[in-house]
Amino acid sequence: MTTTNTTRTVEFTPERLAQAKAVIAQYPAGKQKSALLPLLHILQEQEGWTSPEGMDYVADMLDIQPIEVYEVASFYTMYHLEPVGKHVIEYCRTGPCCLMGGEEVYAHLKQKLGVEAGQTTADGLFTVKEVECLAACGMGPVFQIREKYYMHLTNERVDEIIDELSK
Amino acid sequence: MGKKILTEHIDVPGIETFDVYRKQGGYTAVEKAIKTMTPEAVVEEVKKAGVRGRGGAGFPMGMKWSFLAKPEGVPRYLVCNADESEPGTFKDHYLMKNIPHLLIEGMIVSSFALGANTSFIYVRGELMYVIKILEKAIAEAKAAGFLGKNILGSGYDLELVVQPGGGAYICGEETALLESLEGKRGNPRNKPPFPAVKGLYQSPTVVNNVESIATTPWIMNNGGDAYAAIGIGRSTGTKLISASGHIKKPGVYEIELGVPVEEFIYSDEWCGGIRDGHHLKALVAGGSSVPILPAGLALKLANGEPRLMSYESLSEGGFQTGTMLGSGGFIVFDETACIVRNTWNFSRFYHHESCGQCSPCREGTGWMEKVLHRIEHGHGSLHDIDLLVDVARKIEGNTICPLGDAAAWPVASAIRHFREEFEWHITNPFEATQPGAVFRGEMALA
Ligand SMILES: Cc1cc2nc3c(=O)[nH]c(=O)nc-3n(C[C@H](O)[C@H](O)[C@H](O)COP(=O)(O)O)c2cc1C
Ligand code: SF4
Ligand code: FES
Repeated sequence: MTTTNTTRTVEFTPERLAQAKAVIAQYPAGKQKSALLPLLHILQEQEGWTSPEGMDYVADMLDIQPIEVYEVASFYTMYHLEPVGKHVIEYCRTGPCCLMGGEEVYAHLKQKLGVEAGQTTADGLFTVKEVECLAACGMGPVFQIREKYYMHLTNERVDEIIDELSK
Repeated sequence: MGKKILTEHIDVPGIETFDVYRKQGGYTAVEKAIKTMTPEAVVEEVKKAGVRGRGGAGFPMGMKWSFLAKPEGVPRYLVCNADESEPGTFKDHYLMKNIPHLLIEGMIVSSFALGANTSFIYVRGELMYVIKILEKAIAEAKAAGFLGKNILGSGYDLELVVQPGGGAYICGEETALLESLEGKRGNPRNKPPFPAVKGLYQSPTVVNNVESIATTPWIMNNGGDAYAAIGIGRSTGTKLISASGHIKKPGVYEIELGVPVEEFIYSDEWCGGIRDGHHLKALVAGGSSVPILPAGLALKLANGEPRLMSYESLSEGGFQTGTMLGSGGFIVFDETACIVRNTWNFSRFYHHESCGQCSPCREGTGWMEKVLHRIEHGHGSLHDIDLLVDVARKIEGNTICPLGDAAAWPVASAIRHFREEFEWHITNPFEATQPGAVFRGEMALA
């Protein structure tokens, strides 16, 4: 995890703050820590990653220790602990997708972008991340960018998607 | 056509909206349960239906419900497991996305039966778009008076919370899920105490899979006996099967339990057969965790009788010649699939997803991945095969949660049935590492 010595602080936008408050209010009294995973999603949605300053802000909001936030963020695969590109391509590498040609399409994607897993393109547009089964195996090969699933991938389809998102 | 219970109306345009769902007879189960039945009577119907947990373990749902502790003054919780992360499984995704109100209706009926006033649907975080669909459905149901305070004037209150996960297969394990729902790392808990006694926030809790909960509206409307009349023997009702791999028509199919495996694979009603010009090599019938079977044993029991899509028939023969229905993640392999590569791939998955609490699982899954990687990449030795069997055996049964077993079984079964293929990789490293190279020798059929 990166530590920074800047004094930058993170705050939710008014809409996100309202959203966060509504989430916290869903749980029984005293159980506000249950809001941690949802709040980390809101943080990442706003900042692009779960920055240390952002995690400290979430800890404050839930009245828990910052370490309780870091240990959770680092356990789950969806939270980006480092800054990422504009589009994070979360590519399914698991068996059923591989049966549908997932490995070949993945090789093509990495070649097209000129990056390996975990890397970001020089222009900062794309980060490629390998993930496990996304519960869409019958529609494989599959990758996800934010909330959107891209399914039945082929080399041609990958080219189209990348070209579209590069515009 | 087989009987459809969950997906009968799934293709009706607009079924994701409250109005259309209601027009198709939706929410009558809530009216019937809340207005005319006691919670105990609802539990009784579910018991009679004999519906078994659809998340993988197959534990009878009604029985689980009747174990729920009911101490005075302590809240009880129902948590729906929508973590769906077992490779090969995508049925809950399909159901929630297309007919969200079926799950919401089931959650209301089930929460009423258990006396829960706050219930949770824990959805894997990657399915954020489905979470939004569910939240919209909940808002609609609430506006229509089926959720919130004093539902249908009965005095019964219920709030539903949809909770996103953060990306972790282990959070499908029910106690890890509860930890995660409390805002912690997804480390499975030691049992006992079981969730029925100390679950969410240390209160009595029932955890059920999406598909299990979605059976309850039909059971309310038609009765437990009618449900039990569908299916075969103790495998009552229907099951959603997520079919993937080398078949003509991958997708989610609702089958009446008891359909022959051969028919499910080859009939146009379901998988439509193996893709053109190829033939069946192997089958993983119930998600990546269950033992893999070679074609012969997938279609027929060791005694030559047809194998059926039921809990009993799929596990017939134990681990020697059988497998499990599991979550219904049905992964089909034709002769172009490399069993060694797939086994390595699954091992990498379990190693990646191990929470790391128990050393046999944390270390053992790492070992298996490493050894399989070297065999697959042409650096294995024949001794490695026995090493894998040994590591798998040492993990099995020695861990806090069943992820350890789930990691061991695919490896042990692949070696049991495809040992020759592993040997070929080791003794022909040059040939085996050519792109697309696959062992084409005589396939072990038993
Ligand atoms: C590693 C692991 C992962 C699991 N993943 C899931 C899952 O994604 N969905 C699910 O419903 N059950 C899953 N289970 C099973 C649950 O622990 C639990 O048995 C189930 O949710 C109970 O619901 P049911 O009786 O309705 O099936 C998993 C179990 C283990 C050990
Ligand atoms: S068996 Fe594996 S996943 Fe389960 S608790 Fe132990 S280390 Fe964690
Ligand atoms: S294996 Fe890729 S979505 Fe399941």
